[in-house]
Amino acid sequence: MSTYSKEHIDFLKEKRKEKRLILFFQIAIIVFFLLLWEGASRLGVINTFLSSSPSGIIKTMISLFQDGSLISHILITTYETLLSFFLATIIGFIVATILWYSKIVAKIIDPYLTILNSLPKVALGPLIIIWVGASIHSIIFMALLISTFITIINIYNGFRETDENYIRLLKSFGAKKRQIFLKVVIPSNYHTLINTLKINISMSFIGVIMGELLVSKQGLGYLIMYGSQVFNINLVITAVFILGLLSYLMYFSISKLECLIKK
Amino acid sequence: MKNKILEISHLTKNYQDLDGEIEAVRDISFDVYEKEFLAIVGPSGCGKSTLLSILSGLENKSGGNIIFHKENVILGYMLQKDSLFPWLNILDNCLLGLKITNNLTESNKNYVIHLLETYGLKDFIYKYPNSLSGGMRQRVALIRTLAIHPDILLLDEALSALDYQTRLALSDDLHHIIKQEGKTAIMITHDLAEAISMADRIVVLTKRPSVVKNIYKVEMTDKKNPIHNRKCKEFSDYYEKIWRDLDVHI
Repeated sequence: MSTYSKEHIDFLKEKRKEKRLILFFQIAIIVFFLLLWEGASRLGVINTFLSSSPSGIIKTMISLFQDGSLISHILITTYETLLSFFLATIIGFIVATILWYSKIVAKIIDPYLTILNSLPKVALGPLIIIWVGASIHSIIFMALLISTFITIINIYNGFRETDENYIRLLKSFGAKKRQIFLKVVIPSNYHTLINTLKINISMSFIGVIMGELLVSKQGLGYLIMYGSQVFNINLVITAVFILGLLSYLMYFSISKLECLIKK
Repeated sequence: MKNKILEISHLTKNYQDLDGEIEAVRDISFDVYEKEFLAIVGPSGCGKSTLLSILSGLENKSGGNIIFHKENVILGYMLQKDSLFPWLNILDNCLLGLKITNNLTESNKNYVIHLLETYGLKDFIYKYPNSLSGGMRQRVALIRTLAIHPDILLLDEALSALDYQTRLALSDDLHHIIKQEGKTAIMITHDLAEAISMADRIVVLTKRPSVVKNIYKVEMTDKKNPIHNRKCKEFSDYYEKIWRDLDVHI
């Protein structure tokens, strides 16, 4: 069994102390903010009708949970996000692969990709409703528009920047393009692919909420839209709060997946 | 006299550009003999690497002939950077060429393991490249090249990415391994001392567009390993002659 030197034990203690300090301040900031908010609302410094309060949010959350609608709203938003995420990842990967295989196709497509990626997709909202219909399809379509192009661009850029020396080495062995792709391009772009998944899940989430704000009868985006229409700020902020949690959970899941693959 | 394995005659290479044509190699002719260690030196940018790329088939020639005096010659290309894949262990890195060429047999795998064990990498077979020193990594790169049983080794500035001390030590290692395995080697280098101490013959190229300026047979009264050869009295004579040939102006 290995024994650590006193210097190393001190170093580990210092690291643990630093970790505890960071966690303490992370929690302290949110607790301080919530207490300040709650205090200000109770003392009448802020108008709870316009800015809600932590206790109001908790009450709304409990009532939504009791009537069963909270879970169904969360589930529908999660389902739409995951579906968009998988579709955008698959489409993005396939298109990026085609672009890597053919430089000519990549050059032809390049200006279109740039324009489509930078276009504010929300401007297409009314058109999407007309074309696809006021249904879940519009939401998925909106999410795909937002996440697919950035996925294609990220993955393709990663593929394109694969170390030339690796490719040259494989070519010197007489490797075919498919072998270069499978043996070098994919494994050397592991970090690019994981980072793209992280960006993609956030983009899909943004797209779904945007879609739900435009057209939906369920989901967290719908709750925000409905809450603002009936001026129920508690409902709006509750939905935003859950969105934040859900967004963190999805990002956390991809990070966990990254750790699993690394093992 | 050893058998001729490769004959290069009047090789030319031009690069096409939107602004015109760039003449990289004008006229290169020389022969390579079996089990010979041939070094090619020349001024920076004279087309040394282009020459190796053409020989290995990575680039096309514009003119001239490359004749191999043996059927189905296998070429092993060793690059300046070791380019070991960080996601593969040392053994898998060495088996890469065999996998690509669909030659991964049990005996070939055993040969690679034998090479790793013989040349001081026994304890690193299942380790990853990040645990190896620069010199060890380059030795692995050489074994990866030897794994495909090449008839001719093409060494493209194989030592230049290393620090000076590692370079010296590895020049000895590399030379020993290549001679031990009975391989023919063509090495391009910008380091004259490296070329003189390691090679049996040296081809000196002119600046771009390159032609062959001189070919030297390196003969020393007490020729042994590269580090020792640097101390031979003929070493500085060759150095002076080749330096004059290169006609370097800054």
